[in-house]
Amino acid sequence: MLTFIVRRLLWTVVVMFVITVVVFVIFFKTPGVDPARALAGRNPSPQVLNEVRAQLGLNRPLFVQYGLMMKRIFITRNLVSYSDQGELVIPEIFAAAPATLSLVFGAAVIWIVVAILMGVSAARLRGTVYDPILMILALIGVSTPVFWLGQVCNLVTQGKLHNTFVFSWVPPLGYTSFTTSPVLWFQGLVFPWITLSILYIGLYARVLRANLLEIQSEDYIRTARAKGLSERRVLMRHTLRTSMITFVSLFGLDFGALVGGGAILTEVVFGIHGVGFLTWQALQNLDLPTIMAVVIYGAFFIVLLNALVDIGYAWLDPRVRPT
Amino acid sequence: MADPLLEIRDLKVTFRTDDGLVRAVDGVNATLNQGETLGIVGESGSGKSVTMMSVMRLITDPNAQFEGEVIYKGTDLMSLSQSQIRSIRGSGIGMIFQDPMTSLNPVYKVGWQIEEQIREHEKVSKQAARDRAIELLTSVGIPNARERVDAYPHQFSGGMRQRVMIAMAVSCNPDVLIADEPTTALDVTIQAQILSLIRKLKDDFGTAVVLITHDMGVVADMADRIAVMYAGRIIEQGTQRDLFYDPQHPYTWGLLGSIARLDRPRPRRLAAIPGSPPSLMRLPAGCAFSDRCAHSFDRCAERPELEDRLGNGHLDACHLSRQQKQDRRDRTIHPELVEERP
Repeated sequence: MLTFIVRRLLWTVVVMFVITVVVFVIFFKTPGVDPARALAGRNPSPQVLNEVRAQLGLNRPLFVQYGLMMKRIFITRNLVSYSDQGELVIPEIFAAAPATLSLVFGAAVIWIVVAILMGVSAARLRGTVYDPILMILALIGVSTPVFWLGQVCNLVTQGKLHNTFVFSWVPPLGYTSFTTSPVLWFQGLVFPWITLSILYIGLYARVLRANLLEIQSEDYIRTARAKGLSERRVLMRHTLRTSMITFVSLFGLDFGALVGGGAILTEVVFGIHGVGFLTWQALQNLDLPTIMAVVIYGAFFIVLLNALVDIGYAWLDPRVRPT
Repeated sequence: MADPLLEIRDLKVTFRTDDGLVRAVDGVNATLNQGETLGIVGESGSGKSVTMMSVMRLITDPNAQFEGEVIYKGTDLMSLSQSQIRSIRGSGIGMIFQDPMTSLNPVYKVGWQIEEQIREHEKVSKQAARDRAIELLTSVGIPNARERVDAYPHQFSGGMRQRVMIAMAVSCNPDVLIADEPTTALDVTIQAQILSLIRKLKDDFGTAVVLITHDMGVVADMADRIAVMYAGRIIEQGTQRDLFYDPQHPYTWGLLGSIARLDRPRPRRLAAIPGSPPSLMRLPAGCAFSDRCAHSFDRCAERPELEDRLGNGHLDACHLSRQQKQDRRDRTIHPELVEERP
């Protein structure tokens, strides 16, 4: 098992390397992209351009350039953004990460708990009217656009109703760090959490219900009943336990994508200055260094979560466990 | 004579389907005495599994309707609440299923799965349950049980998994063991081992066994009494001797005739029952077998009751007279013998 984990994590490093190469080539070596021109100011003279190129090392061989770029990202961390302030990209991402992590972790807790409750209830209440009702609710959740739902939340909680006692506790848009004020942190994130999780609740509840029903007709569930186990135990220890294999693999991928900046819509709508927000800003200014760093950062989480899913898979399913 | 251990009285199971009602089990009566082995034989779809699954109340299809009684030690299982029937499942009545490859939960160790059942029915410590699981695995012939108790089902072969299933089924010393085609999914050498294991457990613990199979060879080997089912009804029932040496129903003849025998001249072609099992939606009126039966006559339009026509406890449901049956039987079962007679 240990060698399996080590091998899987080593693979992660290889995949990461390939991703950085591809990203570097796309952003800096695509024909028409000239970082020197972007940095040299308005109407630069050829001398200035050459000077900037030399400064950035753009006149050196490709692999040296790649090495310099990676050095700036991972070691000296002094990659400068194209924005007017000339901020350092890496510290900026690290400053934005806690907001994203707070948002995504909270939403993940909500969506796991609610999706399991909904999926299990729907599967158990199959044949009654509650099953289709729950599944229609889930479908509505899947189909609701995040930007719309977020704006409606804001309209309700920040608009006229903000002055009533129901929503007066909601702070203005934005993110307050946990260390500044845990209460404000929580209050400010409640609606972003709900908004972000609704899509996933719908998705996961539907997948879980289908999976539970499929497993319910397995022979070993009949065996569990024949053993005299209670319906509850059959459901929790046999049916649900087995369907967690699917659930966890799905979750790992979605969670990785969100931590890596995929919550961009929620962050922008609620003014949470996380990685998604940063990406959005960088995209608007065509700020290549920031975009590249964010893409690498996002890819890192997706690759890492993928590895964790594989390891979790082996933990959940003894059949794929290496012997 | 003491009350039977398990008595099925006029059990009827009906499924509501889109095309109407389907009666899968149609008035089955059967008894099982202490320590006895009852074989239930029939083709696929004859209702043998549904009958025993209904006894265990394991049919969860909301479209199924049940009538009749199943008396186990004086109580009617059909009228028990879910929690009452649960205390009998696995404890009073154990069950083994057809496909050992899929009947164990793949994500739990086999020992854990046995312990789970023991601890569901008896108040014992984890360690005691584990010791018992090891003991059971040893007694069903799993070598090195002390280590194998921590193995997962996929690390066992089919035959070994069926042994685990048997260990699990007998873990709470049930009075009745229902074996639903326990050897069908196994290859022939393993079949013999599993059957002799069931026989050994039966002898050691005095468990009564209901053996569901479509293999006449298996019941010949194992059963004290045999019931033959066709289209949801029992059409012949008697002791093993009666069934094999004095079969009364043409369907039973067909079953016996379709066995390849080593002790008789080899037939040019193995006999088969013409046609295929009838759709339960469109059964012939009267005797359900009449449209496939070479001996049917006008009376067969009237439903024959399962009766003791010989006066010796050997029941059958066929209108043919005793003499007719005796005359025609050999021709059906052993046509090659009849043909070769000068």
